[in-house]
Amino acid sequence: MSLYSVQKLLFHLNRDPRVRRCFDEDFEGLLTEYELSQEERAAVRQPDLGLLYVMGVNGQILMHYAALRGYEWRAYIEALREGERRYGPVRAGLYTRAEGR
Amino acid sequence: MSLVFAGVCSHAPGITGRKEMADPTVRDPLYRAFDRMRAALEATRPDALIVIAAEHFANFFMNNMPAFCVGMADHYEGPIEDEAWLGIQRRRIPGAEALSHGLIQEVMNDVDLAYAQEWKFDHGLMVPLHFLTPRYDLPVVPVNINCQGPPLIPLHRCYALGRALKRACAARAERIALIGTGGISHWPATPDSGRINEAWDRNFLTKLLANNREDLLAYRDDETWREAGQGGFEIRTFISVAGAAEGHTGELWFYAPIPIFAVGCTVAVMNIS
Repeated sequence: MSLYSVQKLLFHLNRDPRVRRCFDEDFEGLLTEYELSQEERAAVRQPDLGLLYVMGVNGQILMHYAALRGYEWRAYIEALREGERRYGPVRAGLYTRAEGR
Repeated sequence: MSLVFAGVCSHAPGITGRKEMADPTVRDPLYRAFDRMRAALEATRPDALIVIAAEHFANFFMNNMPAFCVGMADHYEGPIEDEAWLGIQRRRIPGAEALSHGLIQEVMNDVDLAYAQEWKFDHGLMVPLHFLTPRYDLPVVPVNINCQGPPLIPLHRCYALGRALKRACAARAERIALIGTGGISHWPATPDSGRINEAWDRNFLTKLLANNREDLLAYRDDETWREAGQGGFEIRTFISVAGAAEGHTGELWFYAPIPIFAVGCTVAVMNIS
C-alpha cells in the first residue's frame, strides 16, 4: 500500500503546472515516477474515483483530480458512494472508521 | 495600535462555486451577512487583515506539513483551484511583508511558527476575501493551521496562537483586522458531503461566542471526528480567534446549514472594541 505516493501524485497534478503538462503529454511516463501498486496505477489511470477514495485518498485532494477528469460535483460524490458499494469501507487514512456508517 | 476587528466565517468552496445550486432563500441571507461583515470590517479602517485559515493541500503536503505557518510575502496569488470550479477569478492579492515579519518574530516568543514567502491561496482564503475585500486592496497576512488530518495541533496551542497574535498586534503601529475561517461540522468532499450536525454546530458556536476557554479546549478530536466529521477539525481556526479575543464575547450574525455548500454557513464577530 502506498497511499502516500498516490496522494503525492494527485497533489502534484492538482498544483504543479509541470506535472499537469506531463499528464497531458506522457501520462504513462508520469505514473512511473511514483511508487504505486498496480491497483493504484490502474485506479489513477481509469480513473476509478471510488476505489481511490476507498484506498484512503483525502477528498480535498481527490475532488480536484475528479474535476480535472471532467467530473461535475454531484457525479464526483456519486462516484465515491459507488466506490464504497463496490469495494467496501475505506481501508486507510483519515476516513477509516471502525463503526462504519 | 492593536486588533481592531475579529470575526469568524465559513470558507466552503461551494459558497462561490456552487451558488447556482443553492436555495436563494438561504443563500442570499448568507451573502448579506458577509456584506454586513465587510461593512463592519471596513468601518474599523484596518491597515491589514490577518486571515487564519485551514488550507487543503494547496501549498502544504505530508512531506513537510507545518502545524502553523504564516505568510511573509509582499503579494500572493489565488485561487490555486480552477477558477470556474471555485467561481472566483485568479488574481494577485497584496501582502504585508514587513508586518508579517514583525508579527512572526513577536509570536515566536510564545508559539513556534513556520513562515512562507510563497503561498498560493486556496478557497480557504479566497472565499472569505471574495466577500470581505472584493477590491483586493487590503494587505493580507495569511495564517494556516493544519486541520486536514492527524497528527493535529492540540486546541490549547491554537488558543495560544490567537493570544500571541493579539499581543504581537498590540506592539504594532498598524490597525489590524483578524478573521478565522473554517467549517464547523462537515464532511467535505466525501460521500457524506452535505451532512451537517446543526445541534453540534450551535452548541459549539454558543461556547465560542461566550468565549470560555475551558469549554472550547474541552473538545476532543476523536469526538469531533465522530460528531462533526473531519471538517470539524477546522474549529482550530475559530478557537484561535477566541484566543485573540480573550475576555470578549461575540455575536452570531448568521448560521444556517446549507447542504449544497457542504457546511453550516457561519458569520460571527467578537466584540473586541
